[in-house]
Amino acid sequence: MNALIAVIRRDLLLVTRRKAEVLTILFFFMIVTSLFPLGIGADTALLRKIAPGVIWVAALLSTMLGLQRLFASDFADGTLEQMALSPTPLALLVGGKITAHWLVCGLPLVLLAPVIGIQFDLDASTLGVFILALLIGTPILSLIGAIGAALTLGVRGGGVLLSLLVLPLYIPVLIFGAGAVYAQSVGLDITGYFSVLGALLVLSLFFAPWATTAAVRIAIE
Amino acid sequence: MSNTSSNRIIHWFKFSSPATFYPLAGKLIPFFWVLTVLFGIAGLWVSFFVAPVDAVQGQGYRIIFVHVPASWMSMFIYIVMAVWAGLGLVFNTRLSAMMAQALAPTGALMAFLSLWTGAFWGKPMWGAWWVWDARLTSELILLFLYLGFMALQASIDDPRRADKAGAILALVGVVNVPIIYFSVKWWNTLHQGASVSITKAPAMAHTMLWGMLLMALCFWMYSIAIALMRVRTIILERESHSDWVRTLEEVK
Amino acid sequence: MSSNQPTLRAHSLTCIRGERILFAGLSFEVVSGEWLHVRGENGIGKTSLLRILAGLSKPAVGSIDWNNCSIEADPSEYHRNLLFLGHRDSLKEDLTAQENLEIATALDGVQVSADEVLHALHRFGLRGREDLPVNCLSAGQKRRVLLARLLLRQAKLWILDEPFNALDVHAVEMLSELISEHIMAGGMAVMTSHQEIPMPNGRAVQL
Repeated sequence: MNALIAVIRRDLLLVTRRKAEVLTILFFFMIVTSLFPLGIGADTALLRKIAPGVIWVAALLSTMLGLQRLFASDFADGTLEQMALSPTPLALLVGGKITAHWLVCGLPLVLLAPVIGIQFDLDASTLGVFILALLIGTPILSLIGAIGAALTLGVRGGGVLLSLLVLPLYIPVLIFGAGAVYAQSVGLDITGYFSVLGALLVLSLFFAPWATTAAVRIAIE
Repeated sequence: MSNTSSNRIIHWFKFSSPATFYPLAGKLIPFFWVLTVLFGIAGLWVSFFVAPVDAVQGQGYRIIFVHVPASWMSMFIYIVMAVWAGLGLVFNTRLSAMMAQALAPTGALMAFLSLWTGAFWGKPMWGAWWVWDARLTSELILLFLYLGFMALQASIDDPRRADKAGAILALVGVVNVPIIYFSVKWWNTLHQGASVSITKAPAMAHTMLWGMLLMALCFWMYSIAIALMRVRTIILERESHSDWVRTLEEVK
Repeated sequence: MSSNQPTLRAHSLTCIRGERILFAGLSFEVVSGEWLHVRGENGIGKTSLLRILAGLSKPAVGSIDWNNCSIEADPSEYHRNLLFLGHRDSLKEDLTAQENLEIATALDGVQVSADEVLHALHRFGLRGREDLPVNCLSAGQKRRVLLARLLLRQAKLWILDEPFNALDVHAVEMLSELISEHIMAGGMAVMTSHQEIPMPNGRAVQL
């Protein structure tokens, strides 16, 4: 347990030393969502309709950008292999890193989304559902994305390759996450969407750390 | 008693070495090409001459005899590829990983073919070249999964690392394919539904079903033939330093 | 079976990198109070051997036992007794020396107080530098932070890849002293180095 807390604390500490890295991701999120009204037109009815999809896609892309920093720096300076040599199982430490990543790249999106939602003229109940959906969805994005980040460690063309690998896997989260928000905005039942999102979260909590750890070991070999 | 079974076991693992598999594959390839042609002729004959004209869609619907088998094969090949890759990861055998690598381009081709024939089928039916329905969209995502696998293997220089990383990706993909399919289906059901199913009565005439099955067998034999050819090339590339390769006719 | 003498045993290790067989059929044993000097030219596989011993890579053929138990059977136990230092510094550049050591020891499962960390840093001449981010330290100073880690860790087996690199004369002395103390106290070490290491109780393996 001690080691797990140490890893999370370490990653959070590293973020405070390089705040710019994370802040730029949040600015990216805000800029991308603003591009859509600029590109499509400011018709409020239309914006309300596209808001769930647009904001979710922006969240996916922002998470992708953040994934690159999950393992890359530890891999480069040798601290990742030190983690592999710790008495604490690597899967646990990897889980800790993913948790820290979510706290830094995922949770801020959850908190920012309502602000952006207001720009798209979403009502209060829809915003509430949005926050909840992102709260369940962003950890899934971090978990699945970690697999891609570990697979592409030190590989040429890493960033773009990571996107190609991970974005198809994100599609179910996108469909159900945006679907839930859209359903709420037109008054449909949302429980089905949240059951699936919950199931996806449980599934990724079980499998993603193992797959990620296996990929990390392959990269370290 | 145990002698014969242990003999059989030894026999099996003997072919898991690239050196012994190479000539075996070479002998099998013509056999599969013949099957491909036979099933192809039978399938095309049924598709064009035996299956009736569809009341609603006219003659143009016949492209379904390429589209549906291609879709089936693209899914089937992905699973087979994931199994080979998984075996390679668990047993640390190079040949299994090479088979997975050999299958990927063919699977991608099937997915691509399915998308194009789907578009050609859709245009007269729905009036648009592309419709975001469940089947086509899932097929598109499957194509991305294939391309991702191929891109990852191409980007990693060390072949063993490429094998193992690809295996993890393929296994993650195989778990995700049903999830993705389910999601996309939920998202939109415009496609013709599962019109070919083993358990319920087919919504199409029996002859149409036969046409599709024969074409599917044709594609299957083709995939095996091509994959065997490709794996032989991969074996030559990766084992180029070893003695048995240097003594081959083709290499000299 | 002798008393609780920790032993590292390598059986028939074979390593293949790409198309080359780096070494084959390598077997040796290191017991408590001994150290092993792995020698050979550049590129011959010294680092690969050390990484295999540490359990980071798997050998193509062969196995490694720690205290008569395969390291794959109980990796946690092996890691508890192992300290591996490779070519890279394994330090986070943005964190201070003190923070790096505190986190490293927490990851290693070792309880140390902040005072002990500072004491170790001071012993290696880093007084006044503990609070600077590591990227402000010179290469030699960074290696000294690693020396402090060796001291704090108290692992039985040290696997060190070119530990004397980038050290000035004074630091080389400190490291030699540290390793000698460790061996005398019953520890073990496996090291590569281009230089001769004038320490007693050593054996050599030539690749």
